[in-house]
Amino acid sequence: MAGKTLYDKLWDQHLVRQNDDGSALIYIDRQILHEVTSPQAFEGLRLANRKPWRIDANLATPDHNVPTTERSGGVELIVDPVSRIQVKTLDDNCDAFGIVEFKMNDTRQGIVHVVGPEQGMTLPGSTVVCGDSHTSTHGAFGALAHGIGTSEVEHVLATQCLIAKKMDNMLVRVDGQLGVGVTAKDVVLHIIGVIGTAGGNGSAIEFGGEAIRSISMEGRMTICNMAIEAGARVGIVAVDQTTIDYFKGRPFSPTESQWDAAAAAWKELVSDDDAEFNTVVVINAADIIPQVTWGTSPEMVVDVTATVPNPDKESDPTKADGIRRALKYMGLTADQKITDIQLDRVFIGSCTNSRIEDLRAAAAVVKGRKVASTIKQALVVPGSGLVKAQAEKEGLDKIFIEAGLEWREPGCSMCLAMNPDKLGNGEHCASTSNRNFEGRQGFGGRTHLVSPAMAAAAAVTGHFIDVRELMGY
Amino acid sequence: MKQFTLMTGMAAPLDRANVDTDMIIPKQFLKSIKRSGFGPNLFDELRYMDEGQPDQDCSGRPLNPDFVLNQARYQGASVLLARENFGCGSSREHAPWALDDFGIRCVIAPSFADIFYNNCFKNGLLPIILSDTQVDQLFEEVAATVGYQLMVDLEKQVVVTPSGIEMEFRVDSFRKHCLLHGLDDIGLTLGFADDIAAYELRRRQEAPWLFDAIK
Repeated sequence: MAGKTLYDKLWDQHLVRQNDDGSALIYIDRQILHEVTSPQAFEGLRLANRKPWRIDANLATPDHNVPTTERSGGVELIVDPVSRIQVKTLDDNCDAFGIVEFKMNDTRQGIVHVVGPEQGMTLPGSTVVCGDSHTSTHGAFGALAHGIGTSEVEHVLATQCLIAKKMDNMLVRVDGQLGVGVTAKDVVLHIIGVIGTAGGNGSAIEFGGEAIRSISMEGRMTICNMAIEAGARVGIVAVDQTTIDYFKGRPFSPTESQWDAAAAAWKELVSDDDAEFNTVVVINAADIIPQVTWGTSPEMVVDVTATVPNPDKESDPTKADGIRRALKYMGLTADQKITDIQLDRVFIGSCTNSRIEDLRAAAAVVKGRKVASTIKQALVVPGSGLVKAQAEKEGLDKIFIEAGLEWREPGCSMCLAMNPDKLGNGEHCASTSNRNFEGRQGFGGRTHLVSPAMAAAAAVTGHFIDVRELMGY
Repeated sequence: MKQFTLMTGMAAPLDRANVDTDMIIPKQFLKSIKRSGFGPNLFDELRYMDEGQPDQDCSGRPLNPDFVLNQARYQGASVLLARENFGCGSSREHAPWALDDFGIRCVIAPSFADIFYNNCFKNGLLPIILSDTQVDQLFEEVAATVGYQLMVDLEKQVVVTPSGIEMEFRVDSFRKHCLLHGLDDIGLTLGFADDIAAYELRRRQEAPWLFDAIK
């Protein structure tokens, strides 16, 4: 019999019950809640007069709606009344149900997918869910983590379980070493370009290979974060010493007396050598260079040195049609050079790229340089209050401000523009976020997904440039 | 949950691949703390010429005449015909809520994004996967016939065209059972409370750190 994949192991460890009809009941160790996808779940519990099953398995923090400008006045001073009600509703629900919440002005507040790992709430071998598709991020730690809808948020609150069906196993192996100036974001954008935005539908993707092993936990989070942009609800990376070391001294990490047993159990969280995957994709790390998306789906991505595709050269009519539509929306012409795309705004942040390492990479590029005069705004939005504090300790805030970027309070911000940070109609943005869908960052906004270093390079030049060229790598 | 058994309704074609959840219901409408009222903002950016705001009266907004659901012939459609990877992107259940509130009861496509697909079943909305060829055929027929109606029979797992062609589809038996009977799956799961408690007892011995309280 073939060995087990990491996903198989995580599934088996959390299987509460296998039903005859093929459905299964899976135990959920941790749930993270935020203001957008939880109000209707709490309301559902109340209407059915149900109590949460295990209240202390939940953690909440507002992130999608919160302003990132000065906000010491608290929730009452959130200008948008609809956003204010939503954030207050989360506060009220958490208070009423006794759920731990890092409220807006708590130093530990931040983007759910930054906060969970940072607090050690996400642990190797745990199941983690949240009403947000980028919950795949937590798979970087060898956790089984995925986004759920609001009905399932309510289901987990009430039962600590999910009704689930096992996914297929897919392995994306990145062999060899990454070049200098090539980051985790470039790796995952490249992978999406190869397998497509639906390539992982129905699968849990394990990211493996030498290149993945050599990437930091922050980088692995960036990769797993965007598994969903390849269609996979779950992205996972096997546990190694880098994973285990990450959890030393975090607030919700195992206690000292539990540590050795936990670390020993975590070491088992790898796919067996003889495990079988339904699909295997092999990518050569040496083929990856800095990436830029040109269109309105994350799969519409090319090398920074390339040109915008030409629909007349595409044989598949649906794809050609998609290219034409995207070119029109993006205001680009076929065969135009990526480095000729002029930018209006730059956004460095989001659950994909707002951790300390991302900020360090961006700061290294803008240090001693100035934001180009044609750029209307360049935002740096740290992923959590703790990331912000760490960055300030390292003086990164000063580097950004000196270069002409804005240094903000933590939140989701311009990634999805539910707060006041958004693009104007027709504006092009170099963004470290995860989705370049039409209107995502603002009505008529044009998003180009890039790494933090590439966004920083774009900020100081006003257009896309290969960051390796700018930095003389 | 709302039941889904058998329906006959007018089909409308949305001929583009990778329709994402931001397209189905843009982010500004996710600020609502309710489950209903999203219908007027379904496909907001495709449907209207201006930028929509939450709580706005949409009746006077300029409509995009090119958008399929604005065309007179598709008014009252309850079956949406779509292309591959429909519903990709976010986990927002507001997407099926908006479709349902608009009056769509069934979406037919060659493939769906996983989270959206799952969210549909939680809201009495039936997503049906048919082959590329079958979907192509339906797109052709719907374009050719004004008032084109499809019958969808969940019990028999078939879509029936006006000319009587039956297209079979697959659906998980558990999901089918819940939809047919409009079952509350939280109630079903709580029926296994003893299994859950037994799992916790066992798992707590194996991995006690996973049961440390978040406090």
